[in-house]
Amino acid sequence: METTSTLEKTLRLIALTLVVVFFMFPIFWIFLMSFQTNETILAIPPSVIFTPTLSNYAALITGKLTTAAGTLDIAFMRNLMNSIFLSVTSVAIALVLGVPAAYAFARHKFKGSEDIAFTLLSFRFAPPLLVLLPLTQYFQWLGLSDTYFGLIWVYQLICLPLILWIVRGYFEDISADVEYAYRIAGHSWFATFRKIALPLAGPGIAAAGLLAFIFAWNNFVFALVLASADKQPVTVGALAFVTSSGIQYGQIASAIVLSVTPTLALALYAQRYLVEGLSLGAVKG
Amino acid sequence: MSETALFIKGVDKFYGPIDHGVHAVKQLNMDVKKGEIIALLGSSGCGKTSTLRMVAGFEAVSRGTISLKGREVQTFPPVRRNVAMAFEGYSLYPPLTVRENIAFALKASKLSQSVVDEKVANIAKLLEIEDIMGRYPSSISGGQQQRASLGRALIRDADLHLLDEPMGQLEPQLRALLRGRIKHFIKERGLTAILVTHDQTEANALADRIAVMEGGVLQQFDTPQMIKERPANLFTGTFVGEPPMNVFSAGISGSGDTVSFGLNEGVKLDYKVSDFSHEVRAELMKRSKVVLGIRPYAVRRSDGGVGARVAVNQWLGDQTHIAADFAGGTMVLVEHDRTNLAIGENVGIRLDPSSLHVFDGDSGKAISHGQELA
Repeated sequence: METTSTLEKTLRLIALTLVVVFFMFPIFWIFLMSFQTNETILAIPPSVIFTPTLSNYAALITGKLTTAAGTLDIAFMRNLMNSIFLSVTSVAIALVLGVPAAYAFARHKFKGSEDIAFTLLSFRFAPPLLVLLPLTQYFQWLGLSDTYFGLIWVYQLICLPLILWIVRGYFEDISADVEYAYRIAGHSWFATFRKIALPLAGPGIAAAGLLAFIFAWNNFVFALVLASADKQPVTVGALAFVTSSGIQYGQIASAIVLSVTPTLALALYAQRYLVEGLSLGAVKG
Repeated sequence: MSETALFIKGVDKFYGPIDHGVHAVKQLNMDVKKGEIIALLGSSGCGKTSTLRMVAGFEAVSRGTISLKGREVQTFPPVRRNVAMAFEGYSLYPPLTVRENIAFALKASKLSQSVVDEKVANIAKLLEIEDIMGRYPSSISGGQQQRASLGRALIRDADLHLLDEPMGQLEPQLRALLRGRIKHFIKERGLTAILVTHDQTEANALADRIAVMEGGVLQQFDTPQMIKERPANLFTGTFVGEPPMNVFSAGISGSGDTVSFGLNEGVKLDYKVSDFSHEVRAELMKRSKVVLGIRPYAVRRSDGGVGARVAVNQWLGDQTHIAADFAGGTMVLVEHDRTNLAIGENVGIRLDPSSLHVFDGDSGKAISHGQELA
């Protein structure tokens, strides 16, 4: 390490602070908003000094939203549960299907394997809105619109290519000879996949799973069009706060805080695991 | 000892479509007896590693059969072949220590813990890795990883041990020491081993027989001594031996009781007809063009010899290497005494018929070797 001067340290600290403030401020502001009423939020000039209220969270959790126009039912907790269910199930299925497929693409070059892998990736190229209309029609014919099954299926368009391509790279980084060494010691290829390839690619699988989870969680259009109110995730559910008597900024803010929390927690947890996994070191032969 | 451990028959390896892909191994036939150590010797890309991996079961055999202990295995997965292998890239399991990596190879054999411990301790001692047994692969040097990988292969009681460049990363002194120990270890246990190497010293020191490969073709498969004394063709002749054999193309003419080889720049080498056996003479006279070969240590200086001009004179501490311009090419001589020949000095060179190798000018196939000439 070079020695750094005090001036350089100070400048670096200022630059870092600026970056952190720039990126964290919106989140911090939303966090503050979630404890305010619409009146204090919309007050001009805005102020960071206010009497905090838990009414926004209370409204979300009880499901009753009192506005000037009367009391509204808010299905936010239901939306949150939907989000969790849809994202977890989609990622789980995508992992079960995607990890073995990624292994196959990484280890076995067969005729058309690159074409198939690329086709799967191309699912991510098309704008979702482009496929949405035909998809809606097919789903109506098949009776899949407004079902969890149908939604999870469509979510594979988001999760599967991600997992496939990220995990494939990790498998390719593992020297094939490490697996051969295990196989020649008297183990089947499946045992080798389970005992050698999977653990060594573990950090990559975790990273891909996390990323797929965030993408699934943040999805908006598929759920908006293909599901009705009782199956919609939080991203769509937040629309309910745009009411006839105005936009409920306080509730939107507290809904954002609640819906960001699971992904944030997962990311923090997985981050620790990722560092641990990668520090196991020399995977490459 | 005569039981066949490995039998390779008519094996072809194509990368890509059969008959159209890259032809890595061409019509290979080989047999390895139980208890033998075989070296596959050749430069990179000669097909030796492809051959080893086909025997191990990591590469599909495009054509032909591979038999281990009399049963055809070319379609078997590695798990059913009972072979052990040390990989060129070491390929240790990163999450396990060196000790665990080596003991791991015995896991499938279901030996008791005390037997495993004893075997591991023996191997550690053999390969001088006792002090790193508790370390992880990522924290030890390449040479140590290579020895751990070698240990993982040698500890197994397999029908065949495949060793891919097993000592390439070791320092010279250690390599020399381990060569002897490993050979003794293999012979003592009656193991059969195939060793892939591009180092001819290693092949000569370890192997009972050497298979020289080039361009996917097995050039010669014989004992180290026979390969040196009777190279089957020009490739083997020039590939094996250090410094390499001197070769010069020559035309042939015979008159009366003289056989003459005409080299470039009008250099003429005359031999008596009686220097060649009747059969060799007949073979020689069928041809107009041959290639003459002579090993550097067999070239003699003599006052009445053919003229050559010294270009390089190096004393290597125990031998002298002299390179001289001769017949439009370079003739290398090895002598055991220090000589004070100056650069540019003219010397006479004598090529004794008993040291002369003669190869066909077109195919490179050997016609005769010194011992038969005399």
